[in-house]
Amino acid sequence: MDVRKKKRKVLLMGKSGSGKSSMRSIIFSNYVAKDVRRLGATIDVEHSHVKFMGNLTLNLWDCGGQDAFMETYLASQRGNIFSDVAVMIYVFDIESREVERDLDTYNAIITALKEFSPNAYVFCLVHKLDLIQAEHRQRIYEERSALIRSRSEHFAIDTFGSSIWDQSLYKAWAGIVHRLIPNLTVIERFLQAFAKRIGAEEVILFERSTFLTVTSVSSEVGDLNPIYDRHERLSNIMKAFKHCAARNTHTTPASAGFVVMHTKTPQFNVFLGRFTDNTYIFLVVPPGEAAYNCAVLNTMLAREGFSKAAAMGHGDGFPLPAPETPDGDVSTSNSDSTRG
Amino acid sequence: MGLRRSGKSSIASVVFHKMPPNETLFLESTTRIQKDSIHSFMDFQVWDFPGQLEYLEPSFDLEDIFGSLGALVWVIDAQDDYLDAVARLNRTILTVQQYYPNINIEVFIHKVDGLSDEYRTDTFQDIVQLISDELSDAGYENAPVHYYLTSIYDYSVFEAFSKVIQKLIPNLSTLENLINTLSNNCGFEKTYLFDVLSKIYIASDTRPVDMSCYEMCSDYIDVIVDISELYSWDHPDRKPRGEQGQEAESHVVLHDETMIHLLEMNKYLCLVSVIRNPEAKEKKGLIDMNCRTFQEALNDVFSRSWEQDQDPEPRITKASGQPDE
Repeated sequence: MDVRKKKRKVLLMGKSGSGKSSMRSIIFSNYVAKDVRRLGATIDVEHSHVKFMGNLTLNLWDCGGQDAFMETYLASQRGNIFSDVAVMIYVFDIESREVERDLDTYNAIITALKEFSPNAYVFCLVHKLDLIQAEHRQRIYEERSALIRSRSEHFAIDTFGSSIWDQSLYKAWAGIVHRLIPNLTVIERFLQAFAKRIGAEEVILFERSTFLTVTSVSSEVGDLNPIYDRHERLSNIMKAFKHCAARNTHTTPASAGFVVMHTKTPQFNVFLGRFTDNTYIFLVVPPGEAAYNCAVLNTMLAREGFSKAAAMGHGDGFPLPAPETPDGDVSTSNSDSTRG
Repeated sequence: MGLRRSGKSSIASVVFHKMPPNETLFLESTTRIQKDSIHSFMDFQVWDFPGQLEYLEPSFDLEDIFGSLGALVWVIDAQDDYLDAVARLNRTILTVQQYYPNINIEVFIHKVDGLSDEYRTDTFQDIVQLISDELSDAGYENAPVHYYLTSIYDYSVFEAFSKVIQKLIPNLSTLENLINTLSNNCGFEKTYLFDVLSKIYIASDTRPVDMSCYEMCSDYIDVIVDISELYSWDHPDRKPRGEQGQEAESHVVLHDETMIHLLEMNKYLCLVSVIRNPEAKEKKGLIDMNCRTFQEALNDVFSRSWEQDQDPEPRITKASGQPDE
């Protein structure tokens, strides 16, 4: 397969009514949480292709979860469904009354997966956590994930608690996506150096259409931020605003977007802008008008460097110069010229 | 005030306590008068009356209730049989009118989200007709009663409350003049002066109100407030790197070149404007400067109004002194 076009097969499975299609619609099709009531039951398998980060295409198989379908997946369609799987996302309904039966089904699926694609990543989402009282959430989630782990054969699974009504959904999916991105270390190394050079407290890359956190780096000071779920909350905030903008400019949420956003407050400055074709960059820098403007200019210049490198065909989609070239030659020269 | 279960406490919670509308289902019914002080650019108290309370009985002290009242908001449930509510409202108006003729009476025809457009207008006209007929029968013509269609599920209740509050602001016309001057000179499509806490706007330019602009502006305030929450933590190691103004300032450019510009005016107020002119981006500096001038003027207006000074007019000329061309 062409390296530049990476297709990853993602299976979305779970019991009927556990919320698979709901979350898919919210994350990838710009639904808002209350719209998902309109969704009907998924019949058989719904395929969708989600372009993510340019070269990475997620081939999403949303598998209807009614028992009859489950049986065909495990029997006649076994090879078709479970081969070449890169990721399987299994959704558990926290409210389910037949936990033991759910786990049996899960185990059967896992066994089939082991047979056809033993190297797949498995993510389990314990979903609809909003229905549990806040003080019990953590405990119940942990109990449940321990149970799930015990039935997962050799797979090292990741579990997330999630709910479509708050930012936890974004946390879960950002975690999943984070695993799928090729050459992530290169990107992170670049961002780290870039953040240091412009003196940013935090740099976050968001995917353009889903506003999921691709990756983020923060300085020593930025690490002290007491709010740990800030990335998910940002995704949530920005996506909500995108919906509002779409409603009021008479476009679809998919085509609405931001060009730039600048925010200056006495405690911090924030810049949000397009970085590559599929990403937004989000910079948090300490107050100081001149330093802020410098940082913004440098970001713009770094972006140009990126797209130039992409045009010349370096890297695969996330257009970086080869890892051994220090990122310095893009940003150092630029910072000199802007400061002058 | 209003009959029980007409939505009074829900309105108060949504507007002043940022409660999500669907959570108001869980509000208990109010059993005693809830006094809620709002400290903002001007301090006011919201009194939430239980619907079943018979406050016109002699055991209640009318002076205590209506003495310092600026506006009386009467909520009518449009999805219910409203004859009762209207009759009671009329009784209240007539009583109040004898002693306190200066109170603004504001009628919220509430819960209209459940009605179809046509039915909504019918209900509106019906209620207006009922009230004004009965009042004029009682020999009371041209009552200062205003009507609003509201719902907590969209922005109409904020809009209505904004109008109510605006009537209580002593120098509203000065503010409006200032904003008009500013937005004409800077080519703003629509400008609002918001109270950040409640997202009520206390003044706007006098162009026709466009719901979509209001929605975007008020949501944009949310974005900024939420982001500020995430990054405004205190730590001795966080040091500024250079000079910067004390007020928050922000702008965003959307996909269709619309720009939303926000500038904090003082602790409670911020100015939000929608600019549809694609060239505005290059003139950001000028816009900023004009807004700062407006800010000075605004603070002058407020400090003067506290000194009971009557003449803030000269300030307007100052604001228009720097046209944006």
